[in-house]
Amino acid sequence: MAIIEIQNLRKTFRSGDVDVHALRGVNLTVEKGEFLAVVGKSGSGKSTLFHILGGLTPPTSGTVKIDGQSLTELDEAGRTRLRRNSVGFVFQKYNLLPTLTIRDNIDIARDISGDTTPWDPAFLEVVELLGIAQKLDRKPRQLSGGEQQRVAIARAIVNHPAILLADEPTGNLDSENSDMVLELLRHLNKKTGQTVLMITHDPEAAAFADRTVQMRDGLLHSA
Amino acid sequence: MVYKLVYENLKHRPVRTLLSSLAIGLGVTMMLALVGVGEGMLEDQANRARGVGADLVVRAPGSSVVGMGSLSMNQKILDYVRAQKHVALATPIGVHSTGGVSSIMGINYEEFAAMGGGFRFREGAKFSQQNDVIVDDLYAREKKLKVGSLLHTMNRDWRVSGVFASGKLARVMIPLTVLQDLASANGKITMIYVKLDDPANTQAVIDAMKKDLPEYPIYAMEELIKQFSVNNLPELKAFIGVVVSLSVLFGFLVVFLAMYTAVLERTREIGILKALGAGPSYVLGILLRETVLLAVIGSLCGILMSYGTRWLIATFIPASMVQAIVYRWWPIASLITLAGAVLGVLYPALKAAKQDALDSLSYD
Repeated sequence: MAIIEIQNLRKTFRSGDVDVHALRGVNLTVEKGEFLAVVGKSGSGKSTLFHILGGLTPPTSGTVKIDGQSLTELDEAGRTRLRRNSVGFVFQKYNLLPTLTIRDNIDIARDISGDTTPWDPAFLEVVELLGIAQKLDRKPRQLSGGEQQRVAIARAIVNHPAILLADEPTGNLDSENSDMVLELLRHLNKKTGQTVLMITHDPEAAAFADRTVQMRDGLLHSA
Repeated sequence: MVYKLVYENLKHRPVRTLLSSLAIGLGVTMMLALVGVGEGMLEDQANRARGVGADLVVRAPGSSVVGMGSLSMNQKILDYVRAQKHVALATPIGVHSTGGVSSIMGINYEEFAAMGGGFRFREGAKFSQQNDVIVDDLYAREKKLKVGSLLHTMNRDWRVSGVFASGKLARVMIPLTVLQDLASANGKITMIYVKLDDPANTQAVIDAMKKDLPEYPIYAMEELIKQFSVNNLPELKAFIGVVVSLSVLFGFLVVFLAMYTAVLERTREIGILKALGAGPSYVLGILLRETVLLAVIGSLCGILMSYGTRWLIATFIPASMVQAIVYRWWPIASLITLAGAVLGVLYPALKAAKQDALDSLSYD
């Protein structure tokens, strides 16, 4: 069953007097439970694809469906709902709120989604798996980069999103921590069936995925 | 959860939080100090009027109820008053303004002392020479005077002959005849204080005198004291209005600047919240709650600082001003400050709520 369906997706930016065609007709289908890596150089359009799938920017044309929901027709409020309920983000820079503890960084995602119930056993297991259970009362600055990224993964999946979007999740990490984070993403994908779409420029990171597609000049090619 | 974030945000920048709260608090202090001084001085005036020991007072035609008055009443009225039935003692008072709210009072010492049960002298005694003056202890403390000190007022030097316990109508007193001479107002007085054989006769005496002196304001002392209210001072009410408006503006500017910089500083964090699915109302709610908390802390600081202004006034200018703590103004001043603060946060909060998530996440 396809959880992401993209057809002829185009995105054009206006930069000064020039139109920049970031996406030139992307077609992609991702099955539920799949771990897909989108590999491409800087400027290839992979981040634009990430932003559209995450509801951070609207497409110019084409159709995009996530879990059966069309993004093309969504207004700003609709894209906010999509981010709240259907998508989880993991960014290169971790993007944790520095004033909150690890527990609160996770809880705020739940609060935004309107869920104030205690963490369910399955999520507690994930927290253990990510190796952050003993550090929940610490602030982000007290954690290493690898640990912060694992917290970001926990926060991204706490609301059980349809897809987990990871944008260069190992970009700021050394190789040891990179491998650990990627291994955890793969483990989560296999253990919980969480669909993962990872954007990376690193073929070694892409090797952890089930499938890899190449992005070049705003178009996707099978690897 | 939002409250936790708000609390942590305020805790994260303690200096900003403290300075913003103090600045917001200044507006509250301004209001509380002004209202407190207004009410304190009126209350003090009322207490000192009570200290005369009179049952009623006859004032000059056209004079203000709570004003100081001037030497404008013909002293011959005194004979008429003394001749009235039930009048046990009537003593004339002369008041001369010495600038601002300060005044010097002329009395017939023996009569005045007899009416109120006498003066309690902390040191010295009544005037014995033409240039003698007696002052109350608060005035002596403020002006650093003691018996034998020289006091320069009304263009001449006076010798302090006695320092009495405050609560006797005026802070500075000289013989009435001396005051009349100096003010070139011989035969003129400001008011007459009257003691009756029985206070129960007060209304009957007033009614009788009003028949003969219809243009003279005649008040029972309790009635007069009730008039010592801010409501009877339109100038003070207007001034309070100006200070309240300034406080609103003050709160608005402080919060506007504090929250505007906070929003700029937290652009990326707002982007993170938006990436997590926070809508404009969620972001708006965080900043509004933060502002309300700042205003509450600021109001508490302002209330505490109003005790500080009271201490400063009581320590350095006890005779010139009295500041009361007016509890009923605590919620009023706090709500006014809150209104200014909420107005101040609106623009930064709306700016934050409208911020583009992607642009915010790219912000370094």
